[in-house]
Amino acid sequence: MAFRNYILVCGGTGCESSRADQIFKNLIAECEAQGVADEVQIVKTGCFGFCEQGPIVKILPEDSFYVQVKPEDAKELVAEHIVKGREVKRLLYDKEKSAKHAQVEDIKFYQKQFRIVLRNCGFIDPENIDEYIAREGYEALEKVLFEMTPDDVIEEMKTAGLRGRGGAGFPTWMKWNFTKQAEGDVKYVVCNADEGDPGAYMDRSTLEGDPHSVLEAMTICGYTIGAHQGYIYIRAEYPLAIHRLEVAMKQAREYGLLGKDILGSGFDFDIEIRLGAGAFVCGEETALLQSIEGHRGMPTPRPPFPAVKGLWGKPTVINNVETWANVPVIITKGGKWFSQIGTADSKGTKVFALTGKVCNSGLVEVPMGTTLREIVFDIGGGIAHGKKFKAVQTGGPSGGVITERDLDTPIDYASLQRIGSMMGSGGMIVMDEDDCIVDVAKFYLNFTVDESCGKCAPCRIGGRSLCNILEKITRGSGTLEDIDRINEIGLAMKKGSLCALGQTSPNPVLSTLKYFPEEYMAHIVDKKCPSGKCKKLISFEINPAKCIGCTACARKCPVGAITGEKKQPHTINPAVCIKCGVCKETCKFGAVEIH
Amino acid sequence: MSVQNEVEFSPELMAYISEWKEKQGNLIMILHKVQEEFGYIPREAADKVSELLDVPLAKIWGVVTFYHFFKLTKPGEHNIQVCLGTACYLKGGDAIIEALHKHLGLDVGAVTDDGKFSLEAVRCIGCCGLAPVMTVSGEVFGKVTKDQVPGIIDKFN
Repeated sequence: MAFRNYILVCGGTGCESSRADQIFKNLIAECEAQGVADEVQIVKTGCFGFCEQGPIVKILPEDSFYVQVKPEDAKELVAEHIVKGREVKRLLYDKEKSAKHAQVEDIKFYQKQFRIVLRNCGFIDPENIDEYIAREGYEALEKVLFEMTPDDVIEEMKTAGLRGRGGAGFPTWMKWNFTKQAEGDVKYVVCNADEGDPGAYMDRSTLEGDPHSVLEAMTICGYTIGAHQGYIYIRAEYPLAIHRLEVAMKQAREYGLLGKDILGSGFDFDIEIRLGAGAFVCGEETALLQSIEGHRGMPTPRPPFPAVKGLWGKPTVINNVETWANVPVIITKGGKWFSQIGTADSKGTKVFALTGKVCNSGLVEVPMGTTLREIVFDIGGGIAHGKKFKAVQTGGPSGGVITERDLDTPIDYASLQRIGSMMGSGGMIVMDEDDCIVDVAKFYLNFTVDESCGKCAPCRIGGRSLCNILEKITRGSGTLEDIDRINEIGLAMKKGSLCALGQTSPNPVLSTLKYFPEEYMAHIVDKKCPSGKCKKLISFEINPAKCIGCTACARKCPVGAITGEKKQPHTINPAVCIKCGVCKETCKFGAVEIH
Repeated sequence: MSVQNEVEFSPELMAYISEWKEKQGNLIMILHKVQEEFGYIPREAADKVSELLDVPLAKIWGVVTFYHFFKLTKPGEHNIQVCLGTACYLKGGDAIIEALHKHLGLDVGAVTDDGKFSLEAVRCIGCCGLAPVMTVSGEVFGKVTKDQVPGIIDKFN
């Protein structure tokens, strides 16, 4: 039966943590109380992507996009929108516009996006398989099982030109083909959902919003390469995604879409979940396999590649969540359709988690070839609080920074590498003038040092040494020789490390050094931190022209470093000052300045 | 070696272990379940898992210490996690840690004397749109400012 209205409530982790669940419950209760429960269907969907404005509620068929909704707003939404048919203007994203124009298509955040991977996120109830099926779900699997040979599938994937979305960008069809051709009667399919890049949550949202797309894709791959067992290796830190996967697997089994004799085709395939336990290195495929086997997650040398010798020594295909989510669409719409999206060497779309100092944080999916400027300024709405853009970091701890100069670079695998960064898994972190580039490099290195498994010396010792040098520079005791040493150690790590973690971990330092040499020099030569972040290199001073002698700062100073007569300009004793910044926050006249 | 401090595993945990016992690569899954029950991996529990699975304790300890998720000490009644992923770091995650330190006298990795709160710095919990983020007993608080910290903590006191 059709409903008069559909209310979609975002149930992604971001909105859930802003009490979306309570909004959902209140909406149900209100619809009952106001006697419209039979006419309205309320659905908790996956992430809409516009996390900055969450929690988000969308009402169909009007396509009204309500933002920053609170549980208390449920009553008004039902009474006004559902019962009386009037939009609740104060909650609309664009409050100025009339109802007709407050639609999703008009929101700039969505205009340049093109959704393949996130096609169902924010549209369907991820815990209801029927909704996935209603949007062409499992059609690809049916087509593959009954109309295509494994070679046809490989051929279709080859035509599509899909490349791995986890970082390295290896052609997916080749991975599948190698595994298919590898000898052995037992083979495995693995989904890498160990999204460890700090500042990225594409995979989490995909799994939370559309878990069946991954299950369907893995089954298709199983049929193609001749595997009957799949594993999803997922971070234990993602409880909601794990729950939705479990629900999805159960429903798929009940529908005969997973397990024995799928759809009566005689093909068997099942999937198990294996939990990660908080080790970034396990995103590296050989380490991931070690971890599934129950060992310490330490990488092993390649070759042999997993396609030949993977899980428990058997040929294994490993793809990440986003790669998988593309597969069903490629099969249903055809590789040719897919290959028309994107650029010559990078087909399709890419999902980015746009975060940091940008106005609209959120998940964005754009065709390959979109420029960074479009993402940061058109979709992301530019830099928050009127600050100046400084850089974008892509590729997380393995990537590098991109500056104003390269903002018009179209995003594809090769272009990003050419400018010293990489596609990575899709974290895109925007920095503004307040962020110290040396400090950011140190942040990433601290992370990789912490996450290094310790197996090979270049990564274990090199990372620590680089970190020490950066620490020295941010303390103001760096020397010019340190710059040479950074380059030397960085090169040795790139060449000598066993796995991608070690090989890429110097990237954040090397790329910031390349693009912001003057900022390193300011720290080393002038002993100054231009953005005022490195505490050892700054001093707080009171501008006597602005100070009115209200004594507020002196009273708040925890160490008694501020002295002065009432109604007279105060001064800070630098020998006592611990640079906590309380005085700067306290002063209402902007008299405390950082030098 | 005789085990001195025998620990009790709940019937659910025992059932889980026997369900997984014969499966390949079961160790990490079982350790997750143990941590779910105790809040951390007590040494005695590791001893018992070693016996039940017939896996050397050294191997279990190797795994437990490799992965950040497994804890070796008992967390407080309310575990506080402050995200220091990149987005949260840039938006002032460290200021939240400082505020917690001021309010509760807690250092990262420590537990308050009354066992009520423990503090953990974590890497990205995947709500970067809400940065900076902290969680208390699993409840997520987004766009936290340091002035909000005492209020958030008092809710749990």
